[in-house]
Amino acid sequence: MPASGSSSLRTPAIVGLLIALFLVLFLVFPVLRVIQVAFQDPHSGAPTLINFVDFFGNSLFRESFVNSFYVATMSVLMATVIAVPLSYFTTRFNFGGAALIQTLGIIPLIMPPFVGAVAMQLLFGANGSVNLLLDRYFGFTIPFMEGLNGVIFVESIHYFPFILINLSAALNNIDRAMEESAQNLGCSGFRLFRRIVFPLAMPGFVAGAALVFIKVFDDLGTPLLLNVNTMLAPQAYLRISSVGISDPMGYVISVILVGFSLLSLWFSLLALKGKDYATTQKGGGGLMRRDLRPWEKAGCYAVVILILLLVLSPHIGLSLLSIGTIWSYAVLPDGYTLQHYVTVFSHASQYISNTLLYAGLAALIDVILATAIVYVVWRTGLPGRKWLDYGASAALAVPGVVLGIGYLRTYHSFTVPFVDLPLASWWVIIVVAMTIRRLPYALRACTAAIQQVSVALEEAAENLGATKMRTVRRIVVPLMTGGILAGFVTSFATAAVELSATIMLVARESDAPLAYGIYEFMQSAAGRGPGAALGMLAVFFVGLATYISHRIIERGHSQNSAAAIVAEEQQ
Amino acid sequence: MSAIQEGQRGQRDGVVIDNLSLSFGNTEVLRGVNLEIAEGEFFAFLGPSGSGKSTLLRAVAGFGPKPRGRILINGQDIANLPPWKRDVGMVFQSYALWPHFTVRRNIAFGLEERRVARAEIARRVDEALDLVGLRHLAERRPAQLSGGQQQRIALARTIVVRPKVLLLDEPLSNLDANLRVQMRREIRELQQKLQLTTIFVTHDQEEANTTSDRMAVLDNGIIQQVGTPMELYDQPANLFVAGFLGTANVLPEQGRHLVFRPQALAIAAADTPAIDGCRRLAGTVRHLEFLGSIIRYGVEVEEQLILVDDPHRRGQPPFPPGKSVVLDIPEGQITRLPAEVN
Repeated sequence: MPASGSSSLRTPAIVGLLIALFLVLFLVFPVLRVIQVAFQDPHSGAPTLINFVDFFGNSLFRESFVNSFYVATMSVLMATVIAVPLSYFTTRFNFGGAALIQTLGIIPLIMPPFVGAVAMQLLFGANGSVNLLLDRYFGFTIPFMEGLNGVIFVESIHYFPFILINLSAALNNIDRAMEESAQNLGCSGFRLFRRIVFPLAMPGFVAGAALVFIKVFDDLGTPLLLNVNTMLAPQAYLRISSVGISDPMGYVISVILVGFSLLSLWFSLLALKGKDYATTQKGGGGLMRRDLRPWEKAGCYAVVILILLLVLSPHIGLSLLSIGTIWSYAVLPDGYTLQHYVTVFSHASQYISNTLLYAGLAALIDVILATAIVYVVWRTGLPGRKWLDYGASAALAVPGVVLGIGYLRTYHSFTVPFVDLPLASWWVIIVVAMTIRRLPYALRACTAAIQQVSVALEEAAENLGATKMRTVRRIVVPLMTGGILAGFVTSFATAAVELSATIMLVARESDAPLAYGIYEFMQSAAGRGPGAALGMLAVFFVGLATYISHRIIERGHSQNSAAAIVAEEQQ
Repeated sequence: MSAIQEGQRGQRDGVVIDNLSLSFGNTEVLRGVNLEIAEGEFFAFLGPSGSGKSTLLRAVAGFGPKPRGRILINGQDIANLPPWKRDVGMVFQSYALWPHFTVRRNIAFGLEERRVARAEIARRVDEALDLVGLRHLAERRPAQLSGGQQQRIALARTIVVRPKVLLLDEPLSNLDANLRVQMRREIRELQQKLQLTTIFVTHDQEEANTTSDRMAVLDNGIIQQVGTPMELYDQPANLFVAGFLGTANVLPEQGRHLVFRPQALAIAAADTPAIDGCRRLAGTVRHLEFLGSIIRYGVEVEEQLILVDDPHRRGQPPFPPGKSVVLDIPEGQITRLPAEVN
């Protein structure tokens, strides 16, 4: 990283300071404010632990705390049960269903869990299709959706891909020689798995499991839609929205949520620290695979198809709900209609246009910030540049509810000039919340992109007379296009269905985005049809965006191969 | 033959590979390989990449697709045994040290699998560490070691179980040039000290020459020739062996090939009197490369380029390009090969 004199650092320094200011205003400060309020006496303003004492003295909060912990832990377990066989099949066997399993890993991610929650109730609830059939033919029912079970069921179906992806990657990264050398020294079968394969794959599993734990622990939409209010995130939301922003309990819960997020992140870092077990060398990568006997193959397919059905069930349920007339106490809806879609387009189109505007703006700001951050971090010698990276990534540890509460508390009394509204109830704050929450995604995509661009390519441009700015514009950014686009699409798709922060920041119906609209519709039995239709639109948008980003990344791989080769040779 | 007979007599054993063939799908990688490696011998498989040398080594260890044919170790056919029952020790090209174990636990692994008593394990691990001179690194993790140290630990991990055969799969290819020379010497000394039957796979002729008692040159899944390094260099059985082991000049002559090494020729001015017992070729210098100890000339003889290595001495001016010269080859330096081969 050449840093020739202070003049070359002036532009990066200004850019870095502006980004830092943005992060401080809309991430660091609101979160610190939340923490401060939690440790402050609501009347005197003096620092105190009394709020925490009150929190744990209240049986409802104690129950919520235990429930959140229980749900997150059980979801990790359930997700593990789903993910382990799938990753084992793809990495151990010559199994034709590998493409099917890859699809399995993407399908859940294109639908936010809260969108499918109501549909799951209709399929798996006490009077849902599955239990009606079970009762009719076998005379028993299974309480899939009973209380906390429902949250665990919906969340684990939604989040198991995080474990699947991380565990499969870890297994694929084990050099075949690791296993062969153990066999060569007399080890085989389950001992081989226990002593070599399992410990080597462990860090990947822990990373995935920690991610699932945080996501479930922080999730607001799913418990709200399933009407499970005795969990931490719903309690925080309900306290703030019903009691008011001066009630300290919402802040105490926020501190607990942030604490657990940090704890899980720290835990997964600890698991990964000094254990870069990516042992593959050129040549033999991945574990030894073996062919399956016919009955084994049948068994594998049976497991995969069962999981596929389970994973698809929210989508199936939602589509049925969106075109069904009345669906109650029946295996399938009574009749079919397109009326719900008509309703959505005639009465609820503002949700769609708002979402396109908000998520589009947020994603655009995200990729601009992310590109600037990665350039400053990887290509300049600006002191403290790493902190931009840390700061932007820190958003990962901040649950949406907490960010929402932080904005409300910090900016409800700050009136925006000319608009004459408090910043906390102006629609732009929703865009800001989306931007901050999705910045880590864009940052990750751009980091991968800039690492693909060899410094030598930039030096060549400078050597031929291009200034730093022109080199960035003509060489760096064009070569990063694939990564930047992928970052945009990912940020857009996930911002479009973001609920936990926006639900707190929507001040009026006309400003509300799609996710909020779905939530509103799903509140009443009559609104379920249009809500599901809106949900289908969300799935369509996110699915399309995911597909596009995959295509961009694939194309980028072939296009950037020359740059990648240069980068590789320099290592 | 002799190894089989001795094996049957129960005296000196070793490794016998009997008509071994192996395919990856439809591609034949090994075609009817026959080999006898004596007990305590250091034997090299030498060949270009894709020649099947690594596949052959892995087949001995029990990895890869199942071969046809027999692999006998000390008279016992192991071709149908799984890798963990073969008792052959393999050192992998990538070393394959387990990153989640310390050095000590890596080395102890094979003994633990053999249910050796704990005190005995500790003693033998220390002994193996002393053997490779790295006792002080016992509690480190593999990632904290240099390439050469990892190599020694991989070696220690393998020999500590006292395998019947030691297999080395391009063990030096991940080391830099200086270390490679040092390590090959160390490996050879260790092998001599332990009298271990050893098979060493390499594509580097110098490595094979300097370490092994005998070697087999492989190409295209077929063993081209077996012998001591000097036998193979001096009497190559075919053009492939001649060309693979160093530089060879090839002149066609009446349905045969005359093969001779660049250093076997003497270069002289065109008017030099002929020498008895030498074949004389006349030509023109096309190019020359000064390599320090020698000057390598390219001399065009009847539209064919012959390479000549002439020892260099201070004050001796080279023959410039365009100069007419004569080349003398003693008859004894010429290998005659039938033209059909290769």
